[in-house]
Amino acid sequence: MTRTLSMDQPDDRNRLDAMVQGVIGKPLDRLDGPAKVTGSALYAAEYAIDNCAEGVLVTATIAKGEVTAIDEASVLNMPGVIAVISNDRMTARAAQGGAGESPVRKVRQVAYRGQPIALVVAETFEQAREAAKRLQITYREDDDAVIDQHARALPTETSGEPTIQGNLDRAISEAAHAVDVTYTTECHNSAPMEPHASIAQWDGTTLTVHASLQMLKYNVKELADSMGLAPENVRLLSPYVGGGFGSKLGISADVAAASVAAIELGRPVRVVLSRQQVFQSVMRRSETTQRLRLAADSEGRLTGFGHEGRVSNLPGESFAEPVTQASEYLYPGENRTLRIDVARLNLLTAGSVRAPGEAVGMQALEGAMDELAVIIGIDPVELRLRNIPDRHPAKDIPYSSRPLAECLKTGAERFGWDVGPRRPCHTREGEWWIGTGMATATRVHNLNEAEARVTLYPDGTAAVASDMTDIGTGTYTILGQIAAEMLGLDIKDVLVRLGDSSFPPGSGSGGSWGAPSTGSAVFLACEGIRERLAKRLDCTDEELTLKDGFATVRGQSIALPDLLKGDEIEEVGHFKDGAISDSFSSAMYGAFFTEVAVNAYSGEVRVRRFTGAFVCGRVLNEKTAISQCMGGMVWGIGSALTEENIFDKRHGHIVNPDLAEYHIPVSLDVPHLDVVLVDERDPAASPLQAKGVGELGICGAAGAIGNAIHDACGVRLRSFPFTPDKIIAELEAP
Amino acid sequence: MPLTINGHDHDFAGDPRTTLLDFLRRDCNLTGTKKGCDHGQCGACTVLVNGQRINACLTLAIMHDGESITTIEGLGTPDNLDPIQAAFVRHDGYQCGYCTPGQICSAKAMLAEAASNWPSFVSEDLSGAVRLTREEIRERMSGNLCRCGAYSNIVDAIVDVMEREQ
Repeated sequence: MTRTLSMDQPDDRNRLDAMVQGVIGKPLDRLDGPAKVTGSALYAAEYAIDNCAEGVLVTATIAKGEVTAIDEASVLNMPGVIAVISNDRMTARAAQGGAGESPVRKVRQVAYRGQPIALVVAETFEQAREAAKRLQITYREDDDAVIDQHARALPTETSGEPTIQGNLDRAISEAAHAVDVTYTTECHNSAPMEPHASIAQWDGTTLTVHASLQMLKYNVKELADSMGLAPENVRLLSPYVGGGFGSKLGISADVAAASVAAIELGRPVRVVLSRQQVFQSVMRRSETTQRLRLAADSEGRLTGFGHEGRVSNLPGESFAEPVTQASEYLYPGENRTLRIDVARLNLLTAGSVRAPGEAVGMQALEGAMDELAVIIGIDPVELRLRNIPDRHPAKDIPYSSRPLAECLKTGAERFGWDVGPRRPCHTREGEWWIGTGMATATRVHNLNEAEARVTLYPDGTAAVASDMTDIGTGTYTILGQIAAEMLGLDIKDVLVRLGDSSFPPGSGSGGSWGAPSTGSAVFLACEGIRERLAKRLDCTDEELTLKDGFATVRGQSIALPDLLKGDEIEEVGHFKDGAISDSFSSAMYGAFFTEVAVNAYSGEVRVRRFTGAFVCGRVLNEKTAISQCMGGMVWGIGSALTEENIFDKRHGHIVNPDLAEYHIPVSLDVPHLDVVLVDERDPAASPLQAKGVGELGICGAAGAIGNAIHDACGVRLRSFPFTPDKIIAELEAP
Repeated sequence: MPLTINGHDHDFAGDPRTTLLDFLRRDCNLTGTKKGCDHGQCGACTVLVNGQRINACLTLAIMHDGESITTIEGLGTPDNLDPIQAAFVRHDGYQCGYCTPGQICSAKAMLAEAASNWPSFVSEDLSGAVRLTREEIRERMSGNLCRCGAYSNIVDAIVDVMEREQ
């Protein structure tokens, strides 16, 4: 049986709080923990499959043009080499999140340097790698490649419909206080620790691929489309995913290349991207140029709000980094201009990297807000508190919840925020300037259609199954907790199986929607099971108490196996995202507070303290939710201080395509992180009253660090990342 | 060529280009040791060679004639976790789990290095006894990248193990 709910209106029943198992929200250890810490969790490339050949991708060394010849003979006589494959069932770009169709496949038409153009297959990895290096490629190179992403004059097109309301120019000129500043951010890479990897097997009818992917229901369609197969003949398996952060939303080049090779050669083929290929051939977060215009009255209340961004992507790609996403709803100002222009470049595909939009949009906005607070001469927390609108400023719809003030106050108190206007260069410790900064956090709440199957077995244990993935987010554990709470079971009696496309299609992991969407599907399935149990006991679901494997009605208890009498109860929950986003503006909120030290001689920045107070609806597992927030804050440190992919302006080559030169934070860069979750129930968010938490911790975090740098040493930088060279150029003599 | 892995005898007779990492993962089916970058940049492949931590991707299998290798599989099993493994679970010192075996092997060796009074970049005194402050731990674990950003919990897990041992 299938139980369906479309999220068209708030669910005020709050059923989870009526349950008594007491497991929901608890900081349980992850169900997959022992497998992960012992190395027994298997990731995509790690399945031992007989007769598996090894493929290594060859990528383009020009930015734009055509492959005119591939000299297969140059490698086919090398030891172990089996084949050189280059055809239009392979994919030249990674699929965008949720595409559900093949990305561009013309691998011999080169649109960016690093584009996959061929696959060399050999008996061993060493042989394939050697041959891939030696493969002779001939190109016809175009001379009209557009590479310089920082060029002032690039032809652009507008992405979507701009928000234009009132007259921002006049609001700025008439304002008591105004800022008009431009922030920039550079390209980022998701850089998951597990490189993208696939093992494809073909039995003549069905293609089975162990792959590292985030959203299987779309990925099946993407791969089927690439191969010219029916989706029902494609099966994907991703039970463990070594991080994704957006880069595994759509199929990457390894998936189709391994599949083509397996089909053509009639044997299993493994393709693992090198770390360099993860950087050069999958996905980047676009660089951004963001003009922020803020007009305020004498009290600091916003009367005008402008956020205009320029981002980039390859020709033909619909994705444009949505830097204004949070600006649409976060702050007031009746005069508004929000727009995004996208330039077309011959650089790697731009797509979703953790928290697309807010990750880089919020750090720019929060920098500009800090500048406004300085100009007005008020505490930056107070400026935010004065600018919390009652309704969505453009759509004039209510917020489903709006606990930003609670986050600001809770965070400030925990941190020990020094209230008052910022007066830079106030504290010096030896070589170091010390300062503090803060920023608002927010991320839109997204939902997606999702299905999950829950089975209650005759012995009183249960199983949850969905093609949903756990990319480190804690999904196994929270889905188990939802089922355990609803069915009154010990968490140990719930088996959660994920990452198999033969299971009911979940939401996939992306846009922070996994927990509220697939979690709601599990909840619905459990409601169906509860109803059937209630029927056996001649009562309603509301009268039924399930706890510790017993069903209790009117003071009478019965063990589940006795109630089930050998029967198995299976239900599928089908959650639909519905129309509720038309009626409510729903988002997660938070506040960051940080203390940094800036070296007066070298310009080096060290983050010394970092507090985040967040609200994300009902917390499903306190431990994993806090970890998600911490992860986001670490990304904020990287975005603020070190992370940037640098492109060679002549050839479009990524100069730093690896983890030695693209600097993600390491342990010494990260202080003990202090995260507090503010409790909330948001009935408009989902039947769980829960929202997502996987991206919130990054959204604004880098802004807080930039603001703290200003407070420490008086240097206001607007070009992220704030590397020592930029700081030292502005520092006064020490 | 003989070598010992997790106390068991193994024989390497493969392609001399084979890294210790690929030998472990492919030929020995010990996939707990992870390949994150293959260039010694991320630490996901950290294993113990004669008790010392190294990046298995930066060394060839053929260079370890007669040596003793310990991988994550040699530390504990899901039913019998090493105290460090248990602490990682308790403190949520991981998320996706891909860097985790390397973090744990690294932590194991790092504690031994500190016990032997090896100084680090952040040590005030290069010759005295090492006191493992949180900053010392962070510095000594900085060769093991974690993109999920679990560092704060990883340090908590290591501190917990140290305190339980004392």
